[in-house]
Amino acid sequence: MMLLLSLLASFSVFSLMAVGGAITLIPEMHHYVVESHHWMSGQEFAALFAIAQAAPGPNVLVVSLIGWKVAGLAGAFAATVGMCGPSSLLCYYVARLWQRWHASPWRRAIERGLAPLTIGLVTGSAMLMSEAANQHWSGWLLCAGSTVLAWRTRVNPLWLLAGGALLGFAGWI
Amino acid sequence: MTSSLIIPSRRQLFLGFFSIGLSGFGGVLPLAHRMLVQQRRWLSEEEFTELLGLGQILPGPNIVNMSIAIGSRFHGVAGAWLAVAGLMLAPLVIVLSMAMLYDHYQSLPDVQGTLRGLASTAAGLLLAMALRMGEKIERHAVAAVFALLTLLAVGVLRWPLLLVLLVLAPVSVWLARQRGRAGEKA
Repeated sequence: MMLLLSLLASFSVFSLMAVGGAITLIPEMHHYVVESHHWMSGQEFAALFAIAQAAPGPNVLVVSLIGWKVAGLAGAFAATVGMCGPSSLLCYYVARLWQRWHASPWRRAIERGLAPLTIGLVTGSAMLMSEAANQHWSGWLLCAGSTVLAWRTRVNPLWLLAGGALLGFAGWI
Repeated sequence: MTSSLIIPSRRQLFLGFFSIGLSGFGGVLPLAHRMLVQQRRWLSEEEFTELLGLGQILPGPNIVNMSIAIGSRFHGVAGAWLAVAGLMLAPLVIVLSMAMLYDHYQSLPDVQGTLRGLASTAAGLLLAMALRMGEKIERHAVAAVFALLTLLAVGVLRWPLLLVLLVLAPVSVWLARQRGRAGEKA
């Protein structure tokens, strides 16, 4: 029970820090579950992230998987509710105000000012996940290849994930 | 073309977000855009951009924020619940089933290999997302400096995120406001 409350409380705090989405929290969540609580290894964390990416639905589901790994189904529920609850409540009320601020120059300033922070956070997450996921040079090569393909072409990410899974299955990674 | 927009019923709201959740692989936003604006015409292009901006500024998962805003616009609190439930339900069941399978079979070498390949590719997709976002950022030295400062503080120095946000966000927003003022005068 303490574990569930701890998950709920921690993810509620994370929820209010997730400017730019759940992905920007990866370093913070990694610190929480891998480094300070030792609930899983960095590789397991990377595996859960990969599963969440390969499944349909929003990216935030990685949070549900982390909760599940720590404390089973109830853990998944606690982490998901924590992650979505406070931010959703905030959004519900702000969405009503937002229309009224339509003409405010501060609105544009907030958008402009937070965008670089979001990019910094996503890049930090991407660096951390690359370190956790790529154990050999072949992993780095696959990672670099999929980066370039996803960045430069319009190929469906699902094909890239399928390709990566296949290469791994074949024992090349 | 406000007149051609459609107001969904509660049932349609739930089913609409259910289909978005079920088919959005590797991120839901492009799909949400196509469905909400082009196919079902619940929102105009402008309204979508506006709500997306809001979802991105506010903390929390962007698409969850958007479904709250859209659901509540049409049907208040009940609409917000229906939209979020529709969005999360199927993917949650699928992702948990996948994780349970993984847990059960993770000792098999084939499964380990597959997951390694999947993890490296997923990390690559995340890097590509960061690059694409970086390309769309405002071309201004201050914006670039703040992106790098955030990366350095959180990604390299591993400072606590809350602290970093409390320091950097107000300064960055204030400087953006100054840039806006300069733009208005010019």
